[in-house]
Amino acid sequence: MNIRYEETQGRSLGFYALIAGLGVFILAALGAVYYMEHHGHYVTGMSNRIVWGIPHVFALFLIVAASGALNVASIASVFNKKMYKPLSRLSGLVALALLAGGLMVLVLDLGRPDRLIIAMTEYNFKSIFAWNIILYNGFFVIVAVYLWMMFERRMNKFTSKAGLAAFSWRLILTTGTGSIFGFLVARQAYDAVIMAPMFIIMSFAFGLAFFILILMASYKWTERPLGDAVVNRLGSLLGVFVAVVMYFVAVKHLGNLYLAENAGVENFILFDGGIYTQLFWLGQIVLGGLIPMALIYHPALKDNRSTLGLASILVLIGGVIQLYIIIVGGQAYPMEMFPGKEILEGYGGIAAYTPSLPEIMLGVGGIAVALIAVTFLVKILPFLPESLADKVADSHQQA
Amino acid sequence: MSKTLNRRDFIKTSSATAVGVATIASGITLTTFAANANENPVTNAKRWGMLIDTNKLTEVEIDGMVSACQQENGWGGEVHSTGDQKPTWVKKLKVKDKATGRITSLPLMCQHCEEPPCVDVCPTNASMKREDGIVLVDKHLCIGCRYCMMACPYDARSFVHEDLTDQREHMPRGKGTVESCTLCVHRVDKGETPACAASVNSDAVIFGDLYDATSKINQTLKKVQSTQIRADLNLNTGVRYSGI
Repeated sequence: MNIRYEETQGRSLGFYALIAGLGVFILAALGAVYYMEHHGHYVTGMSNRIVWGIPHVFALFLIVAASGALNVASIASVFNKKMYKPLSRLSGLVALALLAGGLMVLVLDLGRPDRLIIAMTEYNFKSIFAWNIILYNGFFVIVAVYLWMMFERRMNKFTSKAGLAAFSWRLILTTGTGSIFGFLVARQAYDAVIMAPMFIIMSFAFGLAFFILILMASYKWTERPLGDAVVNRLGSLLGVFVAVVMYFVAVKHLGNLYLAENAGVENFILFDGGIYTQLFWLGQIVLGGLIPMALIYHPALKDNRSTLGLASILVLIGGVIQLYIIIVGGQAYPMEMFPGKEILEGYGGIAAYTPSLPEIMLGVGGIAVALIAVTFLVKILPFLPESLADKVADSHQQA
Repeated sequence: MSKTLNRRDFIKTSSATAVGVATIASGITLTTFAANANENPVTNAKRWGMLIDTNKLTEVEIDGMVSACQQENGWGGEVHSTGDQKPTWVKKLKVKDKATGRITSLPLMCQHCEEPPCVDVCPTNASMKREDGIVLVDKHLCIGCRYCMMACPYDARSFVHEDLTDQREHMPRGKGTVESCTLCVHRVDKGETPACAASVNSDAVIFGDLYDATSKINQTLKKVQSTQIRADLNLNTGVRYSGI
């Protein structure tokens, strides 16, 4: 049985309300950028100690989630699980949209966003940032080609090859994103190669959470059938990913605690770091890890879409918090400049950072850009199967 | 009747202008380069460095070094930036030995590493190291990504958080870009010493060519015990300290 894809109508009041709502956030973000660029970054919470603030948190969160959102398509075309095949187009779209949102935030938080052309023409191949610029641009091209193979019947036969290329590229891309931090030898909070694989598994969880929410919302709002088989499968997968993220977090912190050099920053994050310690235990571990897993696996809540939706939202909130702790918390703790000595004056101490409203508006604007892109594109091109009812998914699986 | 320009005239005039402009422009460029190249060839035969003896240097002298740098390079007059947002090209640090309680004060600035992490991470080659070891930021290439600030082990770099006024002609700076100690490259290229070193009247701060066996810095480094901050990172800094 062939899957029939169809554009969404996009004429309802709800559609326009959604566009208008997201548009407000995007306009607010652009206004915030104008304000910050016009005055300079002194109007933000950042400083020479906390050089990457909340915009970078959102930017990296979206970029990491983008590569993860592509996993659903990869499972279908690389690992040949037919049940995921009808979801592949949406998976590619969500991946591109999230990456666009993340990159917008990243670029607009630069000190000189007007010089973006320099970043595209002057490359220092030793710089992980420069690699990332190539990896991000390549991701757009490869996923676009991958989508074309899926859309164009004549090209369908190349889908699995394109899928393999996209899957490999996304693994390298997230390795690159994690390595932005992994190779910073001067900073005790970062200098660990485990950052790269940890970012990959984080991307699995965040990307799938975004995908589940977008899938459930679009089928509900367009009143198309969405069967439990698909949703539950995605739900249990999300639970596994969340568990693996927690495993990597545990290994990273235990490994760091073992090294005397890193004991200071570990104690800071885990035990006496005030807001960062609270965010770690309550935000990242409980809210973003344990509660979502309970919501997904508790027998009483099985097959419940509302709780799966809530679990996905919590995974995303936990993800933002996790990146906040890594990025801002990691900078707040001073570098070990004089081992065996205490710095009394001139440097040291915990750097203060309070996110300013414009920074938050820019970050949230990135999410809005991603969502508005998805909303428009499912109206323009047939990304969504007209039905994902169980019998469609099942028969397709057996086919 | 208005005069119309036919195609032949147009081509004739415009090519003549183009040739003229090209001739003059290339002449100017060549002269400028030639002058620089003859007077100050920057090669890796030299490695500029600084030796700071914290036993000889007083706190007042360190404050004097900071003021001299501000005066020379025009930073520190920012009006909107607060606390950690203010640019700091050089700062006074006070450290206490955890075992003995001995307190040492020292000036800390860009250490002009031979293997600078800021240069490695810079995506656009704005952070760069001259052949003679001076680490600089090309303000025209800097996009303000601040990755170099994440990578620097010495907290030596600053991001310009606001519009600037009253800049020094020899030291252009810009909102939204990163900056740090240039080892007063504009003075060094004229054969002078950096402003901070010149402000100290004793031999507590010695500036010179690390490679030149006859230079004072080279000879002193051969005699006295000295150290590099975070020597474990193997960056081989140009700024050395003795007494810490």
